[in-house]
Amino acid sequence: MTLYRDKAVVLRTYDLREADRIIVMMTESHGKVRAVANGVRKMSSRFGARLEPLSHVDILISTGKNLGTVNQVDLVTSAKGLYADLDRLTMGLAMLEAVDQLGMENEPTEHLYRMLVGALQWLSENDSSLVLAAFYFKLLVAEGVGAQVEACVGCGAPGDRLVAFDVFRGGAQCRDCRSGATISAEAIGIIQDIVGGRLNNALSLRASSATREVAALATKCMEHHLERRLKSVAVFESPEM
Amino acid sequence: MASAYTQPMQALIDALSRLPGIGPKSAQRIAFHLIKCEERDVEQLSSAITKAKTMVKFCQRCFNFSESDLCQYCGDDRRDATTICVVEESRDVIAIEKTREFSGQYHVLLGTINPLDGVGPEQLKIRELLQRIEPQGVKEVILCLNPNTEGDVTSMYLARVLRPLGVKVTRIASGLPVGGDLEYADELTLGRALEGRREVVG
Ligand SMILES: [Zn+2]
Ligand SMILES: [Zn+2]
Repeated sequence: MTLYRDKAVVLRTYDLREADRIIVMMTESHGKVRAVANGVRKMSSRFGARLEPLSHVDILISTGKNLGTVNQVDLVTSAKGLYADLDRLTMGLAMLEAVDQLGMENEPTEHLYRMLVGALQWLSENDSSLVLAAFYFKLLVAEGVGAQVEACVGCGAPGDRLVAFDVFRGGAQCRDCRSGATISAEAIGIIQDIVGGRLNNALSLRASSATREVAALATKCMEHHLERRLKSVAVFESPEM
Repeated sequence: MASAYTQPMQALIDALSRLPGIGPKSAQRIAFHLIKCEERDVEQLSSAITKAKTMVKFCQRCFNFSESDLCQYCGDDRRDATTICVVEESRDVIAIEKTREFSGQYHVLLGTINPLDGVGPEQLKIRELLQRIEPQGVKEVILCLNPNTEGDVTSMYLARVLRPLGVKVTRIASGLPVGGDLEYADELTLGRALEGRREVVG
């Protein structure tokens, strides 16, 4: 048995036996890790509260034959700001779901950890309808499959002539090459800002039909890359009650 | 891999391991136990399951377990219909009743919103809760959900859809266990307890 210490964001939890939980987390140095936390569902648990999804923790894990065990947990930053608002909380959870899907167990992916911590930190202090979309587009860039929006993926026509976006071809297209769904010029501009290093421009935008277009497209691109639906994004998309 | 058990035994183990909180090892242990039991005891168990399944239904108003159309709380006109306590499951109704502190009615959601598992509002009895507000003249809805991620998401969502109906939405305070020592409380529990503080009357 060996012990190691790492920093981690809790991605999700699964109930195990009567009072235990399996904690899935994205660590700084050990990639995605699953470990058992004993007794954390009891009211008397000393660290159960620190192991809810979105918690950013400093953690001591002992590795076993199969699953490791959580020995000690300290908060790095409280996720309180995320739990203060329904939109922040659901966007935060949708970030976790994508990172959970992209992460490989025990294969270091420090960039995923850093991007997640950064995005959650921003989200806990700010409101923006585009923060989740920006996070997804940035993740796809980091995965090497960033959306191509500077020029037509078919013929290289310049950015101002793009009218459609095809997730299968991974980018935008001009009128002559068009396939996929129609996209507005504003939406193209927003995605150019997100992937082109002008993130603050995008995050400061008020919600509009263009930001909704971008948000929906970000989810579609991420789902295409993951080859599965993102459950947490669709949760509140059903028709209003 | 071929099963080491005969088909009926394997079917029993499979069925048991689908129950909540029971893993393959426990399922195996329970199955062995049942096979060794007196036939009479096993029959008693299976008839208790069948009987409960056919006789226990959900209350048509609040979705608590009930043997008739309305549960014992919805059918009791001494209970205050203008205050509704929202819980996740029927077992929580039993827990609250034990406190003898609540005399209103209940609403059982039959689950909580769980984004990471794709459980959304429309899969719960939320529409049915909203439909009770006006006809019953509900003044206050008390959210009595677990202090965890799903409980928080569900509470915030309910507050969002209930407030426009002009009803007061409150959530039970979460904090320190009675009889516990402050020094053993984790910072998050203590933080929540501080948030839910109330004036002391002395
Ligand atoms: Zn083209
Ligand atoms: Zn009832």
